[in-house]
Amino acid sequence: MSAKTVGYILKRIALAALTVWVVITVTFFVMRAVPGGPFLGEKALTAEAEAALNAKYGLDKPLLEQYATYLRDIVTRLDFGPSLKQRGRTVAEVILDGFRVSAKLGLTAAAIAIVTGTVLGSFAAIRRKKTADKVIMVVTTAFVSMPSFIMGTFLLLIFAVELMVLPANGAVSGGLILPVITLALYPTAYITRLTRSSMLDVLGQDYIRTAKAKGVSGVKLIFGHGLKNAVLPVITYLGPMIAYIVTGSLVVEQIFAVPGIGRTFVSSISGRDYPMIMGTTIVLSVLIVTMNLVSDLLYQAVDHRITLK
Amino acid sequence: MQENEFSSEDFLPATEEEKTYAAPDRPATTFFKDGMKRLLQNKVATVSAVLLILVVLMAVILPLFWPYGYSQMLGNRPGKPMDASYNNLAPFAYGQSEIKRIEAGEKVFPHIFGTDASGRDYFIRVVYGTRISLLVGFFASIIVLIVGLTVGAVAGYFGGKVDLVIMRIVDIIYSLPDTLMVILLASVLKTALGAKIQGTVLGSLGSNMLSLFLVFAALYWVSMARLIRGQILSLREQEYVLSARASGAKAGWIIRKHLIPNCISVVVISTALQIPNAIFTESYLSFLGLGVNAPMPSLGSLAAEALNGIHSYPHRLVVPALAISLIVLALNLFGDGLRDAFDPKLKH
Repeated sequence: MSAKTVGYILKRIALAALTVWVVITVTFFVMRAVPGGPFLGEKALTAEAEAALNAKYGLDKPLLEQYATYLRDIVTRLDFGPSLKQRGRTVAEVILDGFRVSAKLGLTAAAIAIVTGTVLGSFAAIRRKKTADKVIMVVTTAFVSMPSFIMGTFLLLIFAVELMVLPANGAVSGGLILPVITLALYPTAYITRLTRSSMLDVLGQDYIRTAKAKGVSGVKLIFGHGLKNAVLPVITYLGPMIAYIVTGSLVVEQIFAVPGIGRTFVSSISGRDYPMIMGTTIVLSVLIVTMNLVSDLLYQAVDHRITLK
Repeated sequence: MQENEFSSEDFLPATEEEKTYAAPDRPATTFFKDGMKRLLQNKVATVSAVLLILVVLMAVILPLFWPYGYSQMLGNRPGKPMDASYNNLAPFAYGQSEIKRIEAGEKVFPHIFGTDASGRDYFIRVVYGTRISLLVGFFASIIVLIVGLTVGAVAGYFGGKVDLVIMRIVDIIYSLPDTLMVILLASVLKTALGAKIQGTVLGSLGSNMLSLFLVFAALYWVSMARLIRGQILSLREQEYVLSARASGAKAGWIIRKHLIPNCISVVVISTALQIPNAIFTESYLSFLGLGVNAPMPSLGSLAAEALNGIHSYPHRLVVPALAISLIVLALNLFGDGLRDAFDPKLKH
């Protein structure tokens, strides 16, 4: 690695760290703007009870000191404080519980989207302007314009309510099938379009013509020579895709009653469980920022044509 | 060097025939006319535009003469007990007192999509929801445009340290996970603003709607600012600007004839493409319960409410869901068409 590459990587890591710090800071101070403070919500309390609670959670200390404590607890112990609604449990425990389910859901959806998207996209590019290509393009355009909660509710309506072939509840066996499909549809459509256009680009390149002239056959040409290069833009989409899956899972888990982190987050919003909202926002943000960083760096590592700035 | 020699014939006035070579084949066209022509040739964009105009007209005109209000509970008549037969009506079904009126020979306006759980005419709620969603999309985009234009123009114009600082801030906001921040801000602003704006003009807008606009103003301007800064920086250095300056053009002329026409289309297009984005975000937030305040409907909140009765009343979900998808799809396709027709950077 050249010094330039190392410098670029360090710069990107620094920006990511700065972003995470901004997220934590914004989250902390925004939550302090809530009337009554984050730990009290809207309950009417006697003065003594309020003072006691404030003392218990350190809210009687100066704001900056509270901020320093909050930041220190997160960085050193991953401690986001106690949950208000789930008595006796810490925010970190609740998040970890939900995360196991959500990770399974999200990773499966991501894997399906990447595989299906690249295959469909390559296929559409090979069959350019034929019926198959046109159908794929129309369908993907429709999916890209449909919010995830609408896709989810339609799937629920069709497969769980009308046809009754798949369970509507995400907590039972086979219950993750519909949520996974819902989450995978948009990224699949996006990756299909991305792969198609970059494959069309690649197929026009000289090295493909050379390979053809040397007698490389269809399948090997497409997947060996073409896809290897056409898949590069897909790498840049990995970060945004994780962001989409994370935010999409908020509503999808709600629709299918999946006991994941997204459902916890939504119920903590409606229940005004402020420490939960803060903790979940921070954890999910770290996830998204990290994935953006990884997909950026991966792209640099794979594609040698990119000049570093 | 035979070719470079001139003869006296070369300096004779052009003959009439020679003059016709230089005459334009068709009248000169303007940038706008040219773009409109391309836009109208684009079938997908034209169909989308017609669809959008129809939707806007419906959202504006229908509530004016529709016999039912969006928050009017039809079973609730002053001085009479609540008539529950109006709740959860199927499409084109009627409440008990309406059936009596029909039997008596009166004409009763049908409930095209039935009524909701509180006995409110569902059709007019969808129409109002469309209106709210369109308004949110439009105003949020305008806010994004104003903030982004100001910041981007300042960064591009002043350059140097100002530019550096602004662009670092833009970088950070850009890498923030926007949806999560939106949810965070919306959930806090909802409670923080609620009490303060009560009774003011802003109060009638609702704390949720206001927080939605604030969130857009705070977060979504960054791509617009980047775009405008980039435009200003690159346009300033273009050869045609240099050539105009060299020919003695004044600053006003350059701005009017070169900078604005080259910049405005890109700005208008990305503002247009921002609208479906905002409608998307609003419906998403409404679905999470962070959108417009009840009883005001938006397409997202209608879909969210319908989820509870999905087994018995699936049409209540299908209608707003289709409406959102159609509007967003049409706006996206129209925006794409607009870009293809008016972006001077694209080859035709």
